[in-house]
Amino acid sequence: MAVEEKRLIFKHIDQPGYTIDIDCYLRNGGYEIAKKALTLKQADIINEVKASGLRGRGGAGFGCGLKWSFIPPTNTKPVYLICNADESEPGTFKDRQIIYKDPHQLLEGMLISCYANRVSLAYIYIRGEFPDGAKILERAIEEAKKHNFLGKNILGSDYSLEIYVHRGAGAYICGEETGLIESLEGKRAYPRIKPPYFPAVLGLYQCPTIVNNVETLCHVKHIMAIGGAEYAKLGTPNNTGTRILCVSGDVNKPGYYEFEVGKITLGELIYDVCAGIRNGNQLKAIIPGGSSAKVLRADETFKIKQKQADGSMIEKSITINDIPMDFDTMAAAGSMAGSGGVIVMDHTRDMVEALANINEFYAHESCGQCTPCREGSLWMKKITTRMTHGGARKEDLGLLKNVADNIAGRTICAFGEACSWPTQSFIAKFPEEFENKTKTETLSEPIRTAA
Amino acid sequence: MPQFRPEFLAKVDEAIAHYPAFKRSASLPLLHLWQEEFGYISNEGIHWIAEKLGLQPIQILELVTFYPMFRQKPFGKYHIKVCRTLSCALGGSSELHERFKKTLRVEGDPHGPIHSPDGKYTLEFVECLASCGTAPVCMINDDFHEKVDSQEKINALLAKCN
Repeated sequence: MAVEEKRLIFKHIDQPGYTIDIDCYLRNGGYEIAKKALTLKQADIINEVKASGLRGRGGAGFGCGLKWSFIPPTNTKPVYLICNADESEPGTFKDRQIIYKDPHQLLEGMLISCYANRVSLAYIYIRGEFPDGAKILERAIEEAKKHNFLGKNILGSDYSLEIYVHRGAGAYICGEETGLIESLEGKRAYPRIKPPYFPAVLGLYQCPTIVNNVETLCHVKHIMAIGGAEYAKLGTPNNTGTRILCVSGDVNKPGYYEFEVGKITLGELIYDVCAGIRNGNQLKAIIPGGSSAKVLRADETFKIKQKQADGSMIEKSITINDIPMDFDTMAAAGSMAGSGGVIVMDHTRDMVEALANINEFYAHESCGQCTPCREGSLWMKKITTRMTHGGARKEDLGLLKNVADNIAGRTICAFGEACSWPTQSFIAKFPEEFENKTKTETLSEPIRTAA
Repeated sequence: MPQFRPEFLAKVDEAIAHYPAFKRSASLPLLHLWQEEFGYISNEGIHWIAEKLGLQPIQILELVTFYPMFRQKPFGKYHIKVCRTLSCALGGSSELHERFKKTLRVEGDPHGPIHSPDGKYTLEFVECLASCGTAPVCMINDDFHEKVDSQEKINALLAKCN
């Protein structure tokens, strides 16, 4: 029996006749929740978001209300809000749906969030590869201004807000919030060192700045619609609400689906929702939360600690199919829920090839600021490339692991972890495939000299 | 200096107005506008944007060399970007890239842009285009195309490039 989707954010996505113009949005109750929110005290909205337990949907799963509360109470500088629409984590394609199909939902979520945090100037940092998305948002902003949902003295109040769209230019690192801020300041997107540069304290132009993912900001609207306590009843404790899961790779029905967090297992997602593995093949591996997440092997068992009704903890051994899709269990299973991008691979796939593909991505996208990442990501790519081209040396497996082990924890931003986790986990989970590639030392001169 | 259309100059002023606190923030928007208008970021463009924003040219050049979407040489009239990253690779992006190469009769290293001799096309492997569920995907200029998994689909896309 398939688990039912619970569509809050995707309520109108792909609904026949639903269009992106403001009239359609208003016909469907649009901006009503913002109108109500503008009559509340700012602190009350923040308290609702805190009570909701909403965790950021960009990848890290950090508490949204907590993030907001880091703005120093004594602050006198302007506060900025940036919507992170730089969706770049391979395997993730949820924000695209919201931006292209329901842009006003994002604007309404932003309006409420900006009002709550006394923001009067906000930016949507959208990835450069979404040129039409940028135009759709710009048009939506114009429409919202005409209806006085944005601009000066919104709906007769003394609150004013401007939102501008800022286009990126193809760099993955701009999804990292401090890299994004540097980029928005017109610089190379080199992430900043934390401390002291926590965005909520020293963000855009050294002012307190809130950076939230597209999906997270949309959730704020739905929290205000039903109240934080009611919202917290969705999902599971500490993993509240709904979240969008994107499935790609070797399944029959890839796509985007919205479920209550933790109410669906990986097995239900793959076999019931996505109609199983394509071509009648067998499941081999899953990357559960965007390409940076550690890979899970189909025949693994995972030891998970579970809280019982009486509060006691028990340890349970579960299979890959039984892992609920929530932040905490996915972390306990040794990976992460990340951005919700689930990449599925069947038994015909060569894991070394898959890792070589991932490594090429990270080598291309390292910003180059920290030596371990800049050099390490490139060397990991070179080694996996020669493994897939028949030019590997016997010592390459050890070398590859050694390089990966020396990146994570030694860089300014989490890209170091993001690029080394795939290599570490692919080797740990599929050692035999890597050993096969390095068993016979072949002398492929052009490749040897290239590396 | 090139001839500037009034529309271009108006867009530049509008973009700068979006950053009341810090003009430098308009660097990326101005680079986008320049590239849309003139096809690539020339040396002239770097100097013009720097002057417009009160910056040194190096502060613009370092952006052009950092952000993958900016280019310092003219590209073909149609820029075909094929997504290379994992989900698209599982969905056949290498085949898609190969098919484009054969159909356009171009040769070259898949790690960089490949230009057709007549200047009409530039074929490039790019990183994730964020539509992993409809792999393999590509973009032709600003237009996005999903599930481009057959020669017929490629032919239909190229037939629209005139």
